[in-house]
Amino acid sequence: MRVLIAEDQVLLRDGLSRMLTAYGFDVVATVADGTDLAERLVSVRPDVAVIDVRLPPTFTDEGLRAAVAARQRVPGLPMLVLSQYVERLYARELLADRAGAVGYLLKDRVGEVRQFVATLRQVAAGGTVIDTDVVAALLRRREALAGLTPRQQDVLRLMAEGHSNAAVAERLVITEKSVSNIINTLFAKLGLPPSTSHHRRVLAVLAYLDDRDR
Amino acid sequence: MPPYCLGVEQIRRHGRELGRLAAGAAIGAPAPLLLLLVVASVPMSAAGGLGLGLFAAVVWVTRRLAARQRRRARAALGATVPSPYRPLPAGPFARLNVVLRDPATWRDLAWLPCQFVAGTGTAVVLVGLWLGAVQCVTAPALRGLMPEPTGFDPLVLELTGRSSGLAWAAVPVGLALGFVASRLPRHLIRMQARLAAALLGPTATTRLNARVDRLTHTRAAAVDASATELRRIERDLHDGAQARLVAVAMSLGVAEDVIDADPAGAKAMLAEARATARAALTELRDLVRGIHPPVLADRGLNAAVQALALDLPLPAELDLCLDRRLAAPVEAAAYFAIAEALTNAVRHSDATRVRVAITDTGSALRISVRDDGHGGADPSRGTGLLGIRRRLAAFDGELRLSSPPGGPTVLDMELPCVS
Repeated sequence: MRVLIAEDQVLLRDGLSRMLTAYGFDVVATVADGTDLAERLVSVRPDVAVIDVRLPPTFTDEGLRAAVAARQRVPGLPMLVLSQYVERLYARELLADRAGAVGYLLKDRVGEVRQFVATLRQVAAGGTVIDTDVVAALLRRREALAGLTPRQQDVLRLMAEGHSNAAVAERLVITEKSVSNIINTLFAKLGLPPSTSHHRRVLAVLAYLDDRDR
Repeated sequence: MPPYCLGVEQIRRHGRELGRLAAGAAIGAPAPLLLLLVVASVPMSAAGGLGLGLFAAVVWVTRRLAARQRRRARAALGATVPSPYRPLPAGPFARLNVVLRDPATWRDLAWLPCQFVAGTGTAVVLVGLWLGAVQCVTAPALRGLMPEPTGFDPLVLELTGRSSGLAWAAVPVGLALGFVASRLPRHLIRMQARLAAALLGPTATTRLNARVDRLTHTRAAAVDASATELRRIERDLHDGAQARLVAVAMSLGVAEDVIDADPAGAKAMLAEARATARAALTELRDLVRGIHPPVLADRGLNAAVQALALDLPLPAELDLCLDRRLAAPVEAAAYFAIAEALTNAVRHSDATRVRVAITDTGSALRISVRDDGHGGADPSRGTGLLGIRRRLAAFDGELRLSSPPGGPTVLDMELPCVS
């Protein structure tokens, strides 16, 4: 699987590069600067890109803007965006095109190596993964969720984080069938159209949370 | 030398004083003409631009005269009489507008006639006194030379009626007049200087305005400086410790994952994680030291400067006369100013020795950092000196730099610190 890494700190760039190589990825390009990142993304067309939000020259949100720009030209180009801190606004911008194959994680998550690698594969396969903290921030302020049972809230959270029904079932130690039932009740309660496609489901939930929260 | 003794030095001094008074009279002499032109410029302005030009010319000449008198007043009083004018913008009409609204313009014009009266009056009085003194002292001789009244008798002969007794009695009077005439000029000079200080210096209001302007400016600079500082700290944390900790987590994660399959590889990963963690700690420590050095907080400025000197790669001579703790922000400003000055000396001047002196005057801290490097430091280049100036300005402090090519470079800083 061909990967592009955009990270300005040598320590992390090399670390990520070594780690991903060790896990069978093919690091085809590393970029340290945000100036021509969008160009590189479009020309390299990696199977998935790992991008730091903050890059030179301005050290603001260069990486995010390059990611959004590249996806405008190549819809659904898989991107995993890493951020030093949780910023809901950034998540919203990434999700805005509703094309899936996108992830937004706290940088710290690279320490949970297995999960990070799994997430990267998931994004490459077209999934949508949003950091637990971002989801938690979204859920925390939802008054509409007051009507949900704790179990329903758990399922909603895990779903928003991009887990499949099977993964949700495993985590909550329930059967996949009951997960499916809970999700149907949830969607009905929130007034969301039933959806089977995995990332559309996540997007629907996030869009709902985000819309109602504005 | 007693004051009544008439020596060469006394005569020289008197000559100098008379010269100064003559110059004072000369400065006041154009006053009637200038005032006449001001009056004339009013109806001429109604007719067109000619009057405005005339007025501008008068103001220009008056300001030159006033500047001259301010310098003379400084010599006489030993204190500067600051120039009170508002800064002039570009463009003739904008300029004229500022000049017309500037009270200093009108105070200058009020000073002109005063200086005229004082200057000419002084000259008249002195000439009169000396003529009187000479006539009185020489009265007996004059009486011998001119025994009979002529058409133009000296005044003293007319007053004494050519009586022998009175003529002799006039001699001590003449001496007294001479004494007064020789002592008076210095007082007259001071009087004119005071006049200049009163009318040509800034009023309390302008002084306050100037201060408010300066404070506004320095406050903006201080806010700016602290914002820059915060940004620097944030960047340092982001690029330094935080990045290293992420790398540590990554190494640990990989090690955890491979420990069963590849124990040696995992061990290497763990060693790498530990080294990175240590580097992160060092960086955090340095960062904390850059925000507020612990030794400064614990032991005060003297000890912190000693610590700085120990870290320097060249010998430093310290002369620290400060035996009290100052407000923490003042100490920090002084510390970072000294640190920056020393860094500059080490980095840019090829110095072999530096000297840091701190003097506490009670109301201000005087700091002097001197190196024997090649000099030629330019405050407009490089951010170091600018940074020091900003730091000090936030406390109403000042920085003076002397750095001739070839050295030495001396940075004199003054930081108000009322306890």
